[in-house]
Amino acid sequence: MAKVTFNEAICKACGLCVEACPKKLLVIDKSRVNAKGYNVATIPEDKQSECVGCASCAVMCPDCVITVTR
Amino acid sequence: MEKVVFQKSNMLTDAPLHFCPGCSHGIANRLIAECMEELNIDKKNIVGIAPVGCAVFNYNYFDVDMIEAAHGRAPAVATGLKRVLGNDKFVFVYQGDGDLASIGAAEIIHAAARCENISVVFINNGIYGMTGGQMAPTSLLGQKSTTSQKGRDIGRNGYPVKMSEMLAQLDGATYIERVSTHDAANVRKAKQAIKTAFKCQLENKGFSMIEVLSACPTNWGLTPVKAMEHIKNDVIPYYPLGVFADRRNEK
Repeated sequence: MAKVTFNEAICKACGLCVEACPKKLLVIDKSRVNAKGYNVATIPEDKQSECVGCASCAVMCPDCVITVTR
Repeated sequence: MEKVVFQKSNMLTDAPLHFCPGCSHGIANRLIAECMEELNIDKKNIVGIAPVGCAVFNYNYFDVDMIEAAHGRAPAVATGLKRVLGNDKFVFVYQGDGDLASIGAAEIIHAAARCENISVVFINNGIYGMTGGQMAPTSLLGQKSTTSQKGRDIGRNGYPVKMSEMLAQLDGATYIERVSTHDAANVRKAKQAIKTAFKCQLENKGFSMIEVLSACPTNWGLTPVKAMEHIKNDVIPYYPLGVFADRRNEK
């Protein structure tokens, strides 16, 4: 199963990963902020299993927030 | 067994990037790091040249030796370094459009004409980012900036400079390609282009430059996602993607 992990401390909520996901699994979680004051990108728990591990989100992330394993 | 599909390159430090949200500089930095890692270049043998502009701090982000050049003079510094240190050191130059196409136009042209064995990554976002969004030589016609508030006008400001096409005319330029960062497929293509340029240097074939069309959401006044759409719809029609010079077989 593909797994996407986020280094939330350095996320800037630019949303490029959200746009890049071919399955539209990623969201910007408006209920949380990191120490920089940005909301953070995440995949909701119920959507994790749908991830195919294409890494398009990670390829688009300017800040190397995302790590993808499969 | 779990396999890592994507992780941060070991050529980058853990310093958080100072760039604005959605800035393509972060993507370009990462691609350079990934290319150097995948080409198995020894960290001890790499010297990067940082420009003046938003990318000035990238000496904090690359886990290799970096030198900060005076505004626009990065290709001249790289020339000196490469000639003194010899071909066993890998020298890459990172410049923005205000740095390369404006104040540094002479340096880049002559570095290309002399066929210096260096690799240049040219970030073209059509604006001066760090100083607050002034018009650059590469700003599009009609583009609004703090110094062209009604849009860039031909009569007043002239035409944008197409650096890749211009440098491709020089016989000294071995490999010139323009790529974009507006979606994942193009970022992957950009990585291949940068790798080709780096291989050029490793094979002692001379000067290579990759122009990377980039987004500056803050100074364009767009959201990061809209800025990427702007590249696709407005920037690429004026700055077409592709290989403009490939003289690898002649060198």
